[in-house]
Formats: sequence, C-alpha cells, structure tokens
Amino acid sequence: MLVFENIMLALSGLKANKMRALLTMLGIIIGIASVIAIMTVGNSLSTSITTSMQDMGANDLTVGVKQKSTSQEVTRDGMRFGAGRGRSMSEEDYITEDMITAYEQTYAENIKCISLTESVGSAVAEDGEAYANISITGVNDGFLEANDLTLLAGRSLTERDQEEGRKVVLVSDKLVSNLFDGDVTKAVGSTIEAAVGSRYYTYTIVGVYEYEDSAFSSDSEYDTTTDVYLPLLTAKNQTHATDGFSQLTVVSATGTDTETFLEETENFFNRYYSRNEYYEVSVTSMESMLSSMTSMLTTVSLAIAVIAGISLLVGGIGVMNIMLVSITERTREIGTRKALGATNGSIRLQFIMESVVICLLGGAIGIVLGLTLGSVATKMLGYAAKASVMSIVFSVVFSIFIGVFFGYYPANKAAKLNPIEALRYE
Amino acid sequence: MVDLADPADRVVCNMEKTMIQLKGIRKSFYEGTANELEILHGLDLTVRQGEFVSIVGASGSGKTTLMNIIGLLDRPSQGNYLLDGVDVCAAKDQELSHIRNRKIGFVFQTYNLISRTSALKNVELPMLYAGISRAQRRERAKELLDMVEMTERMQHKPDELSGGQKQRVAIARAMANDPAILLADEPTGALDSVTGRKIMDLFHKLNREQGKTIVLITHATELAAETDRIITIKDGNITGEKAGGGIYAGV
Repeated sequence: MLVFENIMLALSGLKANKMRALLTMLGIIIGIASVIAIMTVGNSLSTSITTSMQDMGANDLTVGVKQKSTSQEVTRDGMRFGAGRGRSMSEEDYITEDMITAYEQTYAENIKCISLTESVGSAVAEDGEAYANISITGVNDGFLEANDLTLLAGRSLTERDQEEGRKVVLVSDKLVSNLFDGDVTKAVGSTIEAAVGSRYYTYTIVGVYEYEDSAFSSDSEYDTTTDVYLPLLTAKNQTHATDGFSQLTVVSATGTDTETFLEETENFFNRYYSRNEYYEVSVTSMESMLSSMTSMLTTVSLAIAVIAGISLLVGGIGVMNIMLVSITERTREIGTRKALGATNGSIRLQFIMESVVICLLGGAIGIVLGLTLGSVATKMLGYAAKASVMSIVFSVVFSIFIGVFFGYYPANKAAKLNPIEALRYE
Repeated sequence: MVDLADPADRVVCNMEKTMIQLKGIRKSFYEGTANELEILHGLDLTVRQGEFVSIVGASGSGKTTLMNIIGLLDRPSQGNYLLDGVDVCAAKDQELSHIRNRKIGFVFQTYNLISRTSALKNVELPMLYAGISRAQRRERAKELLDMVEMTERMQHKPDELSGGQKQRVAIARAMANDPAILLADEPTGALDSVTGRKIMDLFHKLNREQGKTIVLITHATELAAETDRIITIKDGNITGEKAGGGIYAGV
C-alpha cells in the first residue's frame, strides 16, 4: 500500500534536488552502462561468429598434424614458439594418402567426403591498372563437394583436370569484376597471371564461382582477397611439396554423431603416430571450435563486466553516502512522521524505497546509455548489434539489489531514531 | 438539544468520560547511572473528554517531558497512563505508533510540516499511515483545509506560507484522523500576537464545535487563562490547578 506513495515521495525528493540526484546516480549509471555495453559487444561478436561458423559447416572435422607439446625444451636457437620440440615437419610426419584411403574405407558410412587442400600462396593477379588479391589453393574433388560453390559461368574442375594436373582454375566473381569488368562469360577461357614470391604462374579460367562475403573480412571491397582454386595435383607440382598432407577436412555424413566420430578419427590417425616422438594428430570440429570460441568470448566479456561491476559497487557506496546525508538533513521530518504515527517499519520502507528508486532510475539510464554505446561500438567493429537480454535483466535485478543493500543501513538508522531527539534536532 | 456554543452545556455532555489519566508518573533520565536525574516526581493528572486544559510552567519545569509522555513519544519510568481507557504503558512501539496516529494530533511550535510537499499532502500524511485510500484522504484533507481557511493555498509548499498559515495547516494535519486529543506545544510561540490570536481562536472553535479535548502547553499565562483549566507545573510537580474559562470571550 505504502509502496506507491513511497515511490512518488522518492521521485519528488529527487526532483527537488536534481543535481545531487544525478551525481548520486552517476556511479550506478556508469557501472550499469559499462556492463551493458561490454555485454552487448560480446554478445554481438559471439552471435556473428556463431552464424558465420555455422555457415562454414559445423559438422566438418579438421584433421591436423600438430607438434606434441608434452615437453618443453630449449633448443639451441632458444625457446621455440608453441613450446613444442624443435623440429620442423619432415616427410614421415605428414598424413599420407595411404592413411587417408584406409581411413576412408574404415569409416565409409560416416564420411561424406574428404577435402584436401594445398596452398600455393597469396598473390596479386594483374592486368594493367587493374588487380585482384588472390589466394591460390589446390583442391581435390572432396573440397569442391564439401564447399558447394555456386558456379556463375563455365564448369567446375573435373576428374581429368585432377588426374592430369592441368593448369586450370576457378575464380571468384569478385576477381572477374576487378579484372574483366564483371563479364563472367568473357572471363571463362581467359588466362590470368599471378606472381607468388618470385615465381610467375599462368592459369586458364574454366569457371567462375559466386564469392560469399565473410563476416571476418575487413578490407575494402576492391582489395578483398578471394580464392583461386586449381587441381590438387597441379598445386603439388608447382610447390614441389611432399605427397603428404598436414591438414585435411572431413565432412561427416548426415546422421553421424560428430563428437564420437571426432574421437574415433583422432584415435585412427594417432595409431600411425604412436612411435612419432615429435608429432601427433589432433582433430577439431567447427562445433568444438565454436563452443570454445563462444565460451572464451563469454568468459572475457563476463570478466570485463565483473570489473565494470566494481564501479557499481562504488556507485552503491555513493548512494549509501547520500542516503546518510539525506537522513541527517531530514531528521526533523523523520521525527514528525513518527509523531504522526509512522511505524519504524514504514520509515525504513520509505528510505529503502528512496534508495531503490535512485538505483533503478540510474540503472534505467545506464541500460539505455550502455545499449547505445554497445551498439555504436559493435557497428564500428562491423558487426550486427545484438543486445544481451541476460545483461539487461541482470542490471535491473542488480540495481534493485544495490538499492536495498546500500539503502538498508541508512534506512534502519532512520527508523531507529528517537522521535523526541529527532523533533528537537536543529 | 445541546448547544455546543454554550460552555455550560458542553461541560454537562462531555465531562463524564476520562480521556487522559496519569497516576504517579515519574520520569528519570540516565536511569541506573550515577547521573540519574528525575524530571517528573510522581504526577497525577486527569483530563476529561472535551476539556481544554493548559499546562503552564517555566522552561526546565518538566512540561515538555510531560507532553512527550502524554503524546506517547516517551514512556514514563514509573506510573500508569490510561489514554481513552487504554493502558498505554504496556503497549509495544508499533502499537504506540498506531495509537499516536489515531488518537493524538500534534501541533508544534515550529509547525514541523514536511517541506518538500504541498499543504494538501501534509494534511494527508497521518491518513496515509492510517491506511486510508487515496481518494478518501484527498477528500478529507480538502475538508480540513477548508475548515482552517487554507483551501486557496492547499497546493503551496510550506516555504510559500506565512507562519500563521503553516500553523493552520499543521492544525488541519493534527485533525486528520479525528484524534481523541489535540496536543499543542507552544503553538503560538513563533507567531506575532495577532496571528497567535487567530490560532488560539481556531483551538477554541475546535474545542467548542467539535468537542475536541485539547492539551495546550505554554509559558504564556494570558493564553492559559482562556482555557477551562490551568495546571501549573514547577520542578516536576504539579503546584497549582485552577479554572480559567471565564476570561476567554472570543469566537
């Protein structure tokens, strides 16, 4: 019953002393705003990452050769990055085609396709003034199957291209718009020249695929690096690489339990590495990467939010300070109220409500400010802003909590005032 | 029919019921210490319903302490106190708050209005603590402000009112829950004589027309002389008691 009256009373008190009210709320405003802003940025980031990673295929397993990191040794050149044993990969450390074939046979029903790639390098394809940033990658049939490229013109890479190691490539429509004024039909059949380091390569374009904008790209539109795909064998020949692979991607068939399959895959390959002192195979899935990345982001933003929460605590102490001042100023009022029949409980309620109103108002302003700041920051980073509902709920609850917690002591002090002394107070 | 304007009739109809009964009231401060100081030394006082009583005494005589005890703001160290037939010495703090709220209307020398809110809200305040609904509070507060001729200024805050106006609002507030007694502590002490006169007239009006029991604490003997009975208090004892009513000829 008295709650509404007390809210009105508290608001009129704040209105009568606007500057003081604002300064009191400032701590709460800054605290809540920073928590909300940080949580908004964190939430937006993890949402964008989740969506873009899911687009890439959450069921893909990435099988990679990694240095064993069980021991830390200092080599002659000093500490090696990654604290692994100092030895670069040699022929016997790679995953061989035999292993892949055996793997494919063992888990035939779980594997949709295996994507193998060999990077030739990053390059710039030039045509007079025009240029396009490219990354040249040799790919197998499995890669093309796994990545499901949308062809705008021409054809994909064929089995014969693969077997014969032809110097034919698939390019993106971005490259075509940079070098061929966007004319995809003209591009097909044309040749491009690219310099990788000191070597020049010439390829014939056989197809154009549609480039999908990635959430991670931050270059300007023209400079965006796109992939140029060529047959795996061609790439191997050009890089004079070993026959083995340091990394491959397995697309699991629908209905496969990614987690168990991941473990089985890791065990399968590591049988070949049991006697390898330096290297082992580690398998990750987008799913596991995704969850570890989001949990990392959440942890980081939570940690920052907790630090920001400390400013809330400071704000709460500010509220308590002002409440104590206000109670001293209003000692006579408290005495009068008691004489008029206010119980200790109703005096306590009045001042707790006042403190809660200050904190909630500060919280509300903080939420608006935080959402604005968070959205602006997220937009500046180039992501879609998405407010974290949890942080808003948290802020409201926490504001009330601070109000009650830091309001209780002053309110109780007010409630316990002796009415005679309070009435006599000058 | 009883004519309330006639003091004789009023006495006849109201004097049967005892409103305040104090017996052997003692009040000590710093009890149980070496500095123990007894302020009231066993007072007996009876006030009947509808009486207008004044308590007169110099500062330090113990009249304020007595008023605090009558007003339930303080408890006696010893003695009995029956207010409207209820033994209030046994009541708990919260019960005392309720009794203060319903049965006692305070009028202070310094008005003690809540400065941040309007006259109207000030008058509503005791009713708020009594749990009366918003609409009823508003209506009753307007009636009371009309009674003290403050209707035009009811939205004004205390700062915007003169001393006499503030005291009229305070009296309206004291009357809010239709209390059994009005307890006025030097109500004209901070006012000039003309304004003080008006406030005294208002008390007489409430006493005559509404039959309110009024206890007036003052050191001004000329104001005390207007009341039905004058009780003189000195050094914590009642030293004199006399009828006074005849001198007042106002309203």
